[in-house]
Parts: sequence; C-alpha cells; structure tokens
Amino acid sequence: MGRVVIDVMPKPEILDPQGKAVVGALPRLGFDRFTGVRQGKRFELEVEGEVTPEVLEQARRAAETLLSNPVIEDVVSVREASGGRDDAGAGADA
Amino acid sequence: MKVGVVTFPGSLDDGDARRAVTLAGGEAVALWHADADLRGVDAVVLPGGFSYGDYLRCGAIARFAPVMSEVVRAAEGGMPVLGICNGFQVLCESHLLPGALVRNDHQKFVCTDQRLRVEQTGTAWTSSFTAGQEITIPLKNGEGGFVADAATLDRLEGEGRVVFRYLDGNPNGSLRDIAGISNERGNVVGLMPHPEHAVEELFGPGLDGLGLFTSVLSAGLGAIA
Repeated sequence: MGRVVIDVMPKPEILDPQGKAVVGALPRLGFDRFTGVRQGKRFELEVEGEVTPEVLEQARRAAETLLSNPVIEDVVSVREASGGRDDAGAGADA
Repeated sequence: MKVGVVTFPGSLDDGDARRAVTLAGGEAVALWHADADLRGVDAVVLPGGFSYGDYLRCGAIARFAPVMSEVVRAAEGGMPVLGICNGFQVLCESHLLPGALVRNDHQKFVCTDQRLRVEQTGTAWTSSFTAGQEITIPLKNGEGGFVADAATLDRLEGEGRVVFRYLDGNPNGSLRDIAGISNERGNVVGLMPHPEHAVEELFGPGLDGLGLFTSVLSAGLGAIA
C-alpha cells in the first residue's frame, strides 16, 4: 500500500490566530527560543499499490481543489511517503 | 413565492431561516443536502451552523453536497441565493462569492447583537432597506474574518458589492469591516450576521433581519433589476 503526503499552510499574508495562540503558550512551558508559529495541515492519502505519477497528479489536483482553499492557503508539498522518519504513518509522529 | 432552505448535516439555523421566510410572507421549503433537487423554489437560503462539523475548512465539504451543484447552477442563472454565516462560508468555498472566512483575529467566539450599515440596496436581498440604513442583528461565529487580496477588495468596493459593513468596532478582524458581500449580478449575497434571528418581537434585538426576507419576496414579484 502506498501513501501520498500533502502539506497545506496558511498563506504568509493571512493572519494565523492558531499559530499566534501556540507561540503565546510556548514560553509558559519554558520553550523560549521560538518567535513565531504557523499552523498548517498534513494529509495522508492511502492508495492501493504503488504511488504512480498518475496517482501523484490526482493527489495534486485533490490538494488544489478540496484539501486547500487557494484564497487563504498554499499547497506546499505533495509527495510520496518515503517510509522514513519524516513521512512515517499516522501515529508515529502524532 | 417559494424559498428553499438547505439542511446540511450540522446546520443549526435552518429552522429559524424557514420561520423567517414564513414570517416575511413567503412559503418556506426544506431542501436536503443529499438531494440534487431544488423542488421548484424561487430562491435559496444556505443557513448558519457547522455543516459537516466544519471539518477541513468551514463550508468546504458542504460545497460538494449534491444539492450544491443545483444551487450553483441556479445562482449562475440569476436565482436569489442568501448565505448566512456558515452559508456565507459555503458560498465562498463554492466560488459564488470571492474571498474566504478565517478564524476571528482575537481567537474567541463572538456572540453579540451587532450594528451594521446597509451599504447596498440594489441586491435581491436588500431592496427593502434604505441606503445607509443602520440595523442591529445577532452575530455569532468563530471563523468570521472576511479576507481577500487587495485587488479583490478594491473591486468589491468599486462595484458596490460590499452589502453590509460592521459598525461600532470590528468584531472578527474582517478586512475593511466587511460583514456581507454580493456577486456582480446582486442575486447572491453572503453575510456573517444572522438576520433570521431578528424577525420577531421578544426574540433577539428587533425586527431588522426581516428586511432581507421581504426583499427577496418583492424581487420574486419582478422587481429585480
């Protein structure tokens, strides 16, 4: 089974109140080195079999039509999950 | 005149919207999200609430409900469509209206009686008001900040498509204090505040919301430009 990982972020010029709330909470726990937080979304799309170029293309179109709103968000990455630490399945880095 | 009110999973104010239509003198027709059928209505209201739990983005999944393909088709043909709160979000996600609604800048849910100025009376939903009229209707949202790029905002202002503007301070970070907008033709209007909650004495801040519903009824009598 293959998996495609899609990252969506709020556009830089759009205020991100969730990120603002998080950056406000960090120093209260002693994490005092972070001056800004932007909170985005990560989607993991599972497919039967291999992640072919056609699958990736369809994932890209899904990312641009349903998974993001181009008025307020950017699709920053559409990629096959490598199985490595960065792209481990849900749970491993939750 | 028949005014349809769509119920999505998670709609909250569909009952109030139907009641407002009835009180204004129209015939309210319940429409179901899963039916690609407008049941012969002359206008449609997309009500407030949390369709599909606001999952993904507010209104993003409702946009693809079977009934919405019919609503979009009818709106493009000139049928009056009003989106209230979550309905406004659905209209933006459907690209019937430009821009988007994002989380309130102050990060809190807002629930208040909100003063507004009616900036445009040339739409299907505001012809009962006078230009510049100030009205008070409830506002209740967590993601009501209207955003669009500067060029879009300038176009909305220039074409007279800012329909309602917040007064007495900006409650949610909406750019240029915009509370509601219309499409070019003026048949599609979206706003964050809830006119359907201000249509009866003793409930809500007054009767100022009724004007939207009486407007569309007169539009149905052929008064629409």
